Amino acid sequence: MSQHADSSALAPAEARVYQEINYLNADRGVMSWLKTLDHKRIGIMYFASVLATFLLGGIFAMIVRFELTTPEPTLISANTYNRMFTLHGMVMVFLFMIPAIPGVFGNFVLPLMLGAKDVAFPRLNLLSLYVYWTGAALVLWGVINGGADTGWTFYVPYSTTTPMTLFPVLFGVFIIGFSSILTGLNFIVTVHTLRAPGITWMKMPLFVWAIYATSIIQVLATPVIGLTTLLVGIEKVGGFGLFDPGRGGDPVLMQHLFWFYSHPAVYIMVLPAMGVMSEIIAAYARKNIFGYKMIAYSSLGIAFVGFFAWGHHMFVSGQSAFDDGAFAVISMLVGVFTAIKVFNWVGTLYRGAIYVSGPFIYACGFLFFIVFGGMTGIAVATVSLDVHWHDTYFVVAHFHFIMVGAVIMAFLAAIHYWFPKMFGRMYHEGWSMVAATFIVLGFNATFIPQFLLGNAGMPRRYYMYPERFTALNVASTAGSTLLAFGFIIILIYLIWALKHGEIAGPNPWNSKGYEWRTSSPPIKENFEHTLDYPEEPHMYQEPGEEVEHVVI
Amino acid sequence: MNEIMRTILWLPEQASTFAKAVDELHYFVITVTMLSSVAVGLLAFGFFFKYRQLRPRQSTPIVIPSVKFELAVVVVPLAFFLAWFVQGYRDYVWYTTPPKDTMDVYVMGKKWMWKFAYPDGPNAVGTLHVPAHRPVRLLLTSRDVIHSFFVPDFRIKMDVLPGRYTETWFEATKPGRYQILCAEYCGTWHSQMWGEVVVMPPAEFDSWMLQQRAGAGLTDRVDTATDDGPSFHGTLVEYGKRVAMAQGCLKCHSLDGDPHIGPTWLDLYRRTETLETGETVLADEAYLTDSMIDPRAKIVKGFKPVMPTYRGKLAAPDAAALVEFIKSLRSQNLDNLPSKEAIYEPARR
Repeated sequence: MSQHADSSALAPAEARVYQEINYLNADRGVMSWLKTLDHKRIGIMYFASVLATFLLGGIFAMIVRFELTTPEPTLISANTYNRMFTLHGMVMVFLFMIPAIPGVFGNFVLPLMLGAKDVAFPRLNLLSLYVYWTGAALVLWGVINGGADTGWTFYVPYSTTTPMTLFPVLFGVFIIGFSSILTGLNFIVTVHTLRAPGITWMKMPLFVWAIYATSIIQVLATPVIGLTTLLVGIEKVGGFGLFDPGRGGDPVLMQHLFWFYSHPAVYIMVLPAMGVMSEIIAAYARKNIFGYKMIAYSSLGIAFVGFFAWGHHMFVSGQSAFDDGAFAVISMLVGVFTAIKVFNWVGTLYRGAIYVSGPFIYACGFLFFIVFGGMTGIAVATVSLDVHWHDTYFVVAHFHFIMVGAVIMAFLAAIHYWFPKMFGRMYHEGWSMVAATFIVLGFNATFIPQFLLGNAGMPRRYYMYPERFTALNVASTAGSTLLAFGFIIILIYLIWALKHGEIAGPNPWNSKGYEWRTSSPPIKENFEHTLDYPEEPHMYQEPGEEVEHVVI
Repeated sequence: MNEIMRTILWLPEQASTFAKAVDELHYFVITVTMLSSVAVGLLAFGFFFKYRQLRPRQSTPIVIPSVKFELAVVVVPLAFFLAWFVQGYRDYVWYTTPPKDTMDVYVMGKKWMWKFAYPDGPNAVGTLHVPAHRPVRLLLTSRDVIHSFFVPDFRIKMDVLPGRYTETWFEATKPGRYQILCAEYCGTWHSQMWGEVVVMPPAEFDSWMLQQRAGAGLTDRVDTATDDGPSFHGTLVEYGKRVAMAQGCLKCHSLDGDPHIGPTWLDLYRRTETLETGETVLADEAYLTDSMIDPRAKIVKGFKPVMPTYRGKLAAPDAAALVEFIKSLRSQNLDNLPSKEAIYEPARR
């Protein structure tokens, strides 16, 4: 059954054949890359860009961690420290995390999953990459040239009164927003118009559903961060008094605007990660998705509810107690949608045929982190508890559990799952499991002490701290070196695999995801001809064997 | 049990009435969080042992969830979440509603220190003296950027904003010294914006306060906001009276109950005023300070919108002192009314 339509012009999946003429070498020269309209090449360029920004953000994070090994000044001055954590936050959020999974894997695999030759607007797609580069360059120029010491949140009136020239940074974030909007728009239209015949909405891979939900948030919410950074920027340059209480402005208004984007932005980051996990868990367990519709609709549910939860960032800002309660209840609904997904992922493993490789270890880590990170989110949404935890390391640990624990695990799992498709070669699977173990353990060692630091009452963005916090800070820094070590191992074996890895063949995982039904690396046009899609993705019933149906 | 959990979770001492309530819910929430995340992680791991792949291209059954299963995964988590919300919100409403008989202290945050002013006595930088077992209300404002007043041992935190008063309260349960931290990033020395709450046994506090009022203390100056401004000896109420005269407030507001160009200040505090719009408003600290800064926003019925704004003319402690002065004007202490003759007020600077 699996063989009847998908591979007529291609080698059968077992044959480990390298597609000699592929999207990587069909055109040659730097200009062929810079002017390409191929979604796969654009994905690869996003890949290189976000890896560079991740490295940068990671270096800033390590500087921050090493500074915090002693309660006194250790390596750098207070002002440098403030710029470092600002850089870490801005680079990781705006330059890495938001474009990472949609920009790289959305671009690369989404059209493949839909049986399409490209996204709906290939030129717009290239433009979004250039807009991203422009914005990123402006942000980096801004921080080198004037520096930003406001934290990634740009709270007024601190940001409007700091002597640093903040405008280029704010304007850079404003520009990057457009890239995000263009990408989102492109994916929405692609999903609506470019599904191959036979791929109905209820047969779309769950990664597509997740990217679709993400795109809706990107299009609707990103204008608000554009507005916010622009207002803070002109306030800083022109001094119009928009947020200045001395002239009738309101600093808390800026927080509302900021979080109206930045809370949904969390879901711009985490929904694609959830989509990746839906694919990977099904592929490595060789199981149909358990509760497909529930997972698909819960993505849309999170996208919707996420718009009305922003006020939980402001429980101690002087907002009314009624608002606090309303935002708390809405925030908990996000937890319910996430719980639906978690139970369905675990259900997918039930009675599967699990193949253990690097991505599966990340998936197990992901499940633990999303539950712990998600439920500590419920904990901080419980208003009375938040009063103590607000702006402490508890919150830092909570959102790193989601953003690193969930999103980075998914990003790494996605790299390992789709690497053979992207480059036609395999990496060393043994090393991938070693590195995954380092990363999962190192991550726990870094951030569990930070939960305890928050309990003990250490506020975030502290350069020096009371001595009683020393032990936990040292533990966290030690954990972060383990984490960094894991990343270095991955970098080494992946670079090695690019040239010397074994030939992967079209489908080394025997996955029934739609994107695997073409050669590796894919040809420039993706498919030799239009394929049939007789069944849903990830149905692992081999022909000739009796199909067992189970309802639990 | 409480002590074991507190130690495992690295929580600081429970030194306020609020701390204990918060911690009990904390233990419940965190225990469920840890158990369920470990359970999910172990379940995934266990499935890997039970259902590991025996041969490539192995077939698997089609497993789908029943409606009952899907309902359960919605209802069970939601039930836990809502239970936590109900308990947490009850505690929170209690925490955001100060009792009537609080001792008030004005708190001002500025880069990078805390200043405290007692309505009827001394003021201090960095150290807040309070009695144990008596509710203390803090009225907080900032002179520059946003700060956040955080006492981990009391489990309380409140943002401190420029141009507005926020309030929080606590009742300390144990005499001792407790650290104050700034929790909202405020620049270079954010991490050093520390202070201390000194909780004293009530009797000891009372005698300390008497001493302070008698001028025996080291910090009996009322801070007059501008660092280079004149210093003033006396209580915040007396200082407020001076501000009222210096700013010309008393040209329009009477102190004896007669309406003049503006409403009288006598018994104004916590009076329910009917506005031009027909709405009513409680004249609390927030309303009084708002009316100094933006007088035309809420005009009391029967008065004309003629009051100029004092935005930029009143420093935060001046506004606090005015509020305290207004609060002191109760008809039952009419003898405390200020004398009607002019008081010589030296020109500033």
